[in-house]
Amino acid sequence: MKKILVYGYGNPGRQDDGLGILLVEEIESWAKAKGFESVETDSNYQLNIEDAYQLNKYDIVIYADASIEDIEQYKLEEIVPELNPNFSMHSVSPAFVIGLCKELYNEIPVSYVFHIKGYEWEFMTDLSERAIANLEAASVFLKTQIESFINEQY
Amino acid sequence: MGQKITIEPVTRVEGHGKVTIHIDNDGNVNQTRLHIVEFRGFERFVQGRPYWEAPVLVQRLCGICPVSHHLAAAKALDVIVGAGTGDGLTPTGEKMRRLMHYGQMFQSHSLHFFHLASPDLLFGIDSDPMTRNVIGVALANKDLAVQGVMMRKFGQEIIEATAGKKIHGTGAIPGGINKHLSNADKDHFLNGKAPMNIDNMISWSQDALEFFKDYHSKNKGIIDQFCEFPSSHLSLVRKDGALDLYHGVLRAVDKDGNIILHDIDYQDYTKYIDEEVRAWSYMKFPYLKEFGKQAGWYTVGPLARMNTAEFIDTPLAQKEFQLFKDYNEGKPSHKPMHAHWARLIEILHSAEKMKTLLNDEDLMEGELVAKGKKQSEGIGLIEAPRGTLFHHYKVNEHDQIDMCNLIVSTTNNNQPMNNAVNQVAVREMSKKPEITEGMMNAVEVAIRAYDPCLSCATHALGQMPLEIALFDQNNKLIQKKRNV
Repeated sequence: MKKILVYGYGNPGRQDDGLGILLVEEIESWAKAKGFESVETDSNYQLNIEDAYQLNKYDIVIYADASIEDIEQYKLEEIVPELNPNFSMHSVSPAFVIGLCKELYNEIPVSYVFHIKGYEWEFMTDLSERAIANLEAASVFLKTQIESFINEQY
Repeated sequence: MGQKITIEPVTRVEGHGKVTIHIDNDGNVNQTRLHIVEFRGFERFVQGRPYWEAPVLVQRLCGICPVSHHLAAAKALDVIVGAGTGDGLTPTGEKMRRLMHYGQMFQSHSLHFFHLASPDLLFGIDSDPMTRNVIGVALANKDLAVQGVMMRKFGQEIIEATAGKKIHGTGAIPGGINKHLSNADKDHFLNGKAPMNIDNMISWSQDALEFFKDYHSKNKGIIDQFCEFPSSHLSLVRKDGALDLYHGVLRAVDKDGNIILHDIDYQDYTKYIDEEVRAWSYMKFPYLKEFGKQAGWYTVGPLARMNTAEFIDTPLAQKEFQLFKDYNEGKPSHKPMHAHWARLIEILHSAEKMKTLLNDEDLMEGELVAKGKKQSEGIGLIEAPRGTLFHHYKVNEHDQIDMCNLIVSTTNNNQPMNNAVNQVAVREMSKKPEITEGMMNAVEVAIRAYDPCLSCATHALGQMPLEIALFDQNNKLIQKKRNV
């Protein structure tokens, strides 16, 4: 069974910025109820260099994040190692984490970013109404996708 | 033709800012400013909220140093619930908070050194930006990069074990802490499989210091002569003059090391410190009232702490502190690049402190919370990784926050950062026919020495691309450049 990490990042104190975190909470409960022991979850305010630590032990990593991009409700995007530094390195991109993992451990998991469309970013914990709808749709989609990943053959 | 060069935001600095450099008709730099360009009022946001929410609410400021805000707010609220001004907590309450704080200091400083500073040291200030980052370090010195990653990880785990969770930690509450350390966590940190245990973290902290000292011995030009200007320095110190990152009295020394702020109780800080607003920046300029707006500015942070403290109470860090003091002939260091050295000494100190605390039974048992007579006002100070952090609250009869004032570390360093940028810009960019990437990064290196967190400093949220814009004397755009 493939070992999968779902990692949410963002600040749930900044309204829709918490979409990735809330998705991970939902996936964690769902995986536990389903008995999917190979599905692990983690979350933080942002990604940083320590997130490359032992990342190579997973087959698949999915980074869930709120998005301001022009997408519909959500988008799953496969990513490759990226060695370009961000211009503001208080956090790093998922591709940078994967790139660092590759340099440190010489192997990387198949990696995705799961973008969930957000709209409001104020000092609030409640999601905007549209973000709530996006979170629900994204959750349904990702659960199906994870089950598909689990059943894939090596 | 006079020119105005803009660098925004400054790369590998927490948050966002920009630098404008004005060049006159003769090609000389005649004005340099570090600007903060976004603002959202967190201090007003918390008004009307129940005071006990503050230690969690303040973590919304940014995700860079939430633990420092969490603890500073909790310390202010200790006063409000009558638990004293830093010395009234139960042994368990204070020691758990200290462990959380040393974990934060350890991971934050490790990130700065391995991720932000070491690339400049390893590859040079004018090297290709594409290699001047932690992946470049990994390619050139994998052991160093692995150590940086694992030291960050260890510090994060300490925070999670004490604060309860990584996001919006709830560990520190008004009057104390909400949990003990579990025996499993204690055993993990003390006796975990190598290299993830505290003894190894101490050893790696020493290795990082040796790396820096070796580099320093071979590159004195960069470390000692890159930038230098006289400054006063301010920090908390323990009552006996020891370095204390969690609590103490407020001390400032002048450029010669003479004490000019005499170990005051920080509950009285408004008698001694004020903040000036300048039209061109959202970030205020704090100063010591006694010396006025022009002369009263000061530096905070690791270098300031080395300059104000008389000794360190952990043996390995004390040995390194003495080397640092001897090198500077017992006087304050005014070299911003020495902040990297100071930061490494504090990494070692924090690791030693964590080991002592992890062996302390008070973490596993004892009263968690102290209470007393409620007060209407409280001030909490802490030495955050970037320097002294002030949280000041007033609450009304309905237990709502009426007033909040935050002076964050980066705000305290506003004037010295501007001075450092100006000095480097004058040297690197005057009379030069072309502004190179290396020159631009030299300015950023000067800022990075302070490890600023600009989103905290303005209590702001926002993202901008890295943009460099060149203007003539009439503010007409000549050139615009984005790094990414």
